[in-house]
Amino acid sequence: MTVPLFYYLVLSGIVFLTGVMGVLLRRNIIIILLSVELMLNATNINFVAFSQYFHDVAGQVFVFFALTVAAAEVAVGLAIIVALYRAKSTINVDEFQLLKW
Amino acid sequence: MEQIFFFYFAFVIAATSVLVVAMRNPVYSALALLIMFFHVAGLYVTLHAEFLAAVQIIVYAGAILVLYLFVVMLLNLKQDDRYHRQWPMAAAVGVTLFVEAIILTVMKGWTAPLAATGTETTIGEAGNTEAIGDVLYSTYLFPFEVASLILLVAMIGAIVLAKKDLGEPTES
Repeated sequence: MTVPLFYYLVLSGIVFLTGVMGVLLRRNIIIILLSVELMLNATNINFVAFSQYFHDVAGQVFVFFALTVAAAEVAVGLAIIVALYRAKSTINVDEFQLLKW
Repeated sequence: MEQIFFFYFAFVIAATSVLVVAMRNPVYSALALLIMFFHVAGLYVTLHAEFLAAVQIIVYAGAILVLYLFVVMLLNLKQDDRYHRQWPMAAAVGVTLFVEAIILTVMKGWTAPLAATGTETTIGEAGNTEAIGDVLYSTYLFPFEVASLILLVAMIGAIVLAKKDLGEPTES
């Protein structure tokens, strides 16, 4: 492996930090979910890089599970967004201040 | 050669991930994320994880992102101002994490971690997909079943949440 593991970790850190910034900064709830996807992808890059480094295929299996969780998260999250939009007709997170309506 | 590919993929991944956060229109954000998914798949290919590259394209780019675009276009958003007023807080968190990462790398240096113990499955002699299947259906059989349960719960939850008004007769 000619590319050192360190480079993959730096790349993954950059992507993860971008995702954290997106969650903290943006007000559009769809962009916030997209930023969560960014963070999941950063961890997946880490998993695959370590799997290649240690010559152990278990890391790729964990990426598989992370993918399952991401799919479930997207389905439930988007359903919640649709329900919220029906109730308040906005997706700005500043508007969602109550747990009931 | 491998380094050229890595730096190309890394540059595009970093640039598009910044674009996802910075774009004003959610559709553009989703499309930037699509480009990022494809390049992450390319990175997986250079890491000899071909099965995961295919799954990344099929599941992420094919299913998850289409769902996002569907919802974005369903909701018919008007563009509003992008950022929170709490951006100083976010900048503080980001700078803290960044400095922490730099300090850790400088202090610890880069020592190669120990090679894994003898239980590893070697990659590449029988093909990537076969190796993953071998481990997935033997060692990780129980987590695999739990994953299917998670998908079932998510499916039912999404249907219940997105249904218009459950149990009550519709009057509108």
